[in-house]
Amino acid sequence: MELAWLVPALPLAAFAVIGLLTLRYANLSSFINILAIGGSCAIAWMLFFRVLGGEPPFEQEIPWLALNLQTALTFGLRVDPLSAIMIALVTTVSLVIQVYSRGYLYEPAEEGEEHGERHGPATMVRDSGFARYFAFMALFTAAMLGLVLANNLLTIYIFWEGVGLGSYLLIGFWYRKPEAAAAAKKAFVTTRFGDFGFLIGILYLYMQTGTLQFARLAEMAEQGQIGSTVLTVGALLIFCGAVGKSAQFPLHVWLPDAMEGPTPVSALIHAATMVAAGVYLVARALPIFEHAPAAMLVVALIGGFTAIFAASMGLVAYDIKRVLAFSTISQLGYMMLGLGAGAIGAGMFHLFTHAFFKALLFLCAGSVIFMLHRAGAHDPVDRDPLDPPRAQDIRYMGGMWRRAPISAITMTIGALSLAGIPPLAGFWSKDDVLLATYERASQGGGIYWLLLAFALATVLMTAFYMFRVIFMTFAGEHRGPADAQHIRESPAVMTVPLMLLALPSIAAGLWGAPQLGNGFGHFLEGGRFHSSEMSVGLAGLSTLLGAVGIGLAWAMYYRRSLSPETMAARFRPIYLTLYRKYWIDELYMWLIDKFVVAVSFGINWFDQNVIDGIVNGLANAVGAIGNAIRQVQTGRIPAYALAVFLGLTVIALYAIVLHRALG
Amino acid sequence: MALVPVGLHHFLVLGTLLFCIGMYGALSRSNAVGILLSLELMLNGVNVIMVAFAKFIDTPQELAGQVFAIFIITVAAAEAAVGLAIVIGVYRLRNTIQVDQIDLLKG
Repeated sequence: MELAWLVPALPLAAFAVIGLLTLRYANLSSFINILAIGGSCAIAWMLFFRVLGGEPPFEQEIPWLALNLQTALTFGLRVDPLSAIMIALVTTVSLVIQVYSRGYLYEPAEEGEEHGERHGPATMVRDSGFARYFAFMALFTAAMLGLVLANNLLTIYIFWEGVGLGSYLLIGFWYRKPEAAAAAKKAFVTTRFGDFGFLIGILYLYMQTGTLQFARLAEMAEQGQIGSTVLTVGALLIFCGAVGKSAQFPLHVWLPDAMEGPTPVSALIHAATMVAAGVYLVARALPIFEHAPAAMLVVALIGGFTAIFAASMGLVAYDIKRVLAFSTISQLGYMMLGLGAGAIGAGMFHLFTHAFFKALLFLCAGSVIFMLHRAGAHDPVDRDPLDPPRAQDIRYMGGMWRRAPISAITMTIGALSLAGIPPLAGFWSKDDVLLATYERASQGGGIYWLLLAFALATVLMTAFYMFRVIFMTFAGEHRGPADAQHIRESPAVMTVPLMLLALPSIAAGLWGAPQLGNGFGHFLEGGRFHSSEMSVGLAGLSTLLGAVGIGLAWAMYYRRSLSPETMAARFRPIYLTLYRKYWIDELYMWLIDKFVVAVSFGINWFDQNVIDGIVNGLANAVGAIGNAIRQVQTGRIPAYALAVFLGLTVIALYAIVLHRALG
Repeated sequence: MALVPVGLHHFLVLGTLLFCIGMYGALSRSNAVGILLSLELMLNGVNVIMVAFAKFIDTPQELAGQVFAIFIITVAAAEAAVGLAIVIGVYRLRNTIQVDQIDLLKG
């Protein structure tokens, strides 16, 4: 257990070594990264099995900042079931993604591009930022590992910001592309909104309770030593941070744009790091939330609404990665809903299974994009800026099933798992969330019935949009700009990770299956776990909805018995609203234009005139006084002599008056 | 015209007059030598007052006023020597002894 600090330290060291020493050696850098993350993966699994074997939670702290003689802020880590699951998950998924990245990070050579359009397959050359990429990936992973191991709010906040930094660097990895730079900035600024609330929450809780330790806070909340107002306000402020990082409504806008980064980065962001951080934070702080029913309700409401809201936007997106991005937002909503319903097991279990199949789906999408790039896909000069690049646009795919069977099969497995088809992983965890919501609703929460309806509708939408992607990408004839005969399966360094991730996407759910004793719930919650009977009706209903969604996608995009174009034309206002993402980006831009800019102008005026006025005024006054007094220094000796004489006279008069007065 | 015996007041007025003329000269002359002369006048005005007080107020055994006057004369001699030396030094340096032209200390 004493080795726990190595789990985040190894990738961090890899970041330092690559960044400082081996930035020129691409291959070596990637091996250093994989070695470090592999090492921390091994330690993480060892810790995981020891915790699984029943070892008590382990905490380790070093004093960090002494506030005064009695109290010091500490830097500490905690290994308990929750963090043990997370470190094992994060390191495993990250390791697979690092290996995959070694194959993915190639780009078509620039040759021939000046002669107009390129034809035929492209020669792939290693991306010029190869080593830099692996350095950032190591940093990102290290930050996430530190975050999940943290035992107090301050430590978690430090790594929380580290995760934000890592995501910024990686989303903006291709910083020469203006869209990527803008997306990185957007991600950073948007999550910053949430982080601000989080920071205030930390300070507020510290002010009110005098401690930042999760264990201590949970204990105090348990014993009712913290007032309910404090708990509610603190929990909501912490939840602000989670909303930003986990891309919940209304701060979800950064995640679709974050697709500008390399696809393995998206896989990492969506599966194990970054967005999982918000859910993890709520799970970690759940003892605080549990004693603040209002905060729990807010969590459930935001989660349930985000689930259906994001899924609806996924229905019409054409960018293969954006569909997955909306799906992530929606699934994160599920996790929040599960946590909000009071079931830490359900929320975390969905996080656990989702990490596998979402990483798998992203890596498959990356594989598809890679194959198209290699086959010579290129953008026409007059591409509509609202359209995705051709190599990511599912309207220009199709027919890749025969060309790339491994990617096709593994992606279908991922999609089935996400759609919640039994017995794949996604089915069990999704059912857990639905069940938790159902139980909460039947305990007399009217609004929870609405959330359950949201969740069930989301099941339908999820199955539909995922299989829309599957059918449009793999089935039918190739419609793309690339020559179909040049498309061939990605190299083994990419397909083997796909197969490795496909296994847990199928089987990871069994750990939490109620029929098999729900080992996940028992492990995570220990004595507090109450096993709930699996509701056959609910599970049947969700499976049925999933099947209907798949069938609908099949009818529309495979059989084409229902033309999607006609549907889009008939329901044009709805279609357009969804396609333009409810105009939320535009609304924010408008708000920024009208409100923020106006306020900024006001503040600028205040700064220029009032603040600067005071400062400049002071300086001018001092200067003026100096100028006036300067005149005294004439340099003329008679004037000085006169002054001396006058001074003496005054002193003499004073002495006389004093003498008289004293008699 | 009745004869008025010369008393303390006459000496005080004389001393004060001498001092004030010297003061006026010291403040208004621009020639450094003139200023030195004026300073002598001021010192001697004080000397007159010192000796007058010693003569009219103190007992004949007390000689503080006269001693002071003698000290002042001695110091004034030294002062004149130093002052004239400075004046000569300034003249060599600046080619003038007009103090209103020697204003390097101007702020």
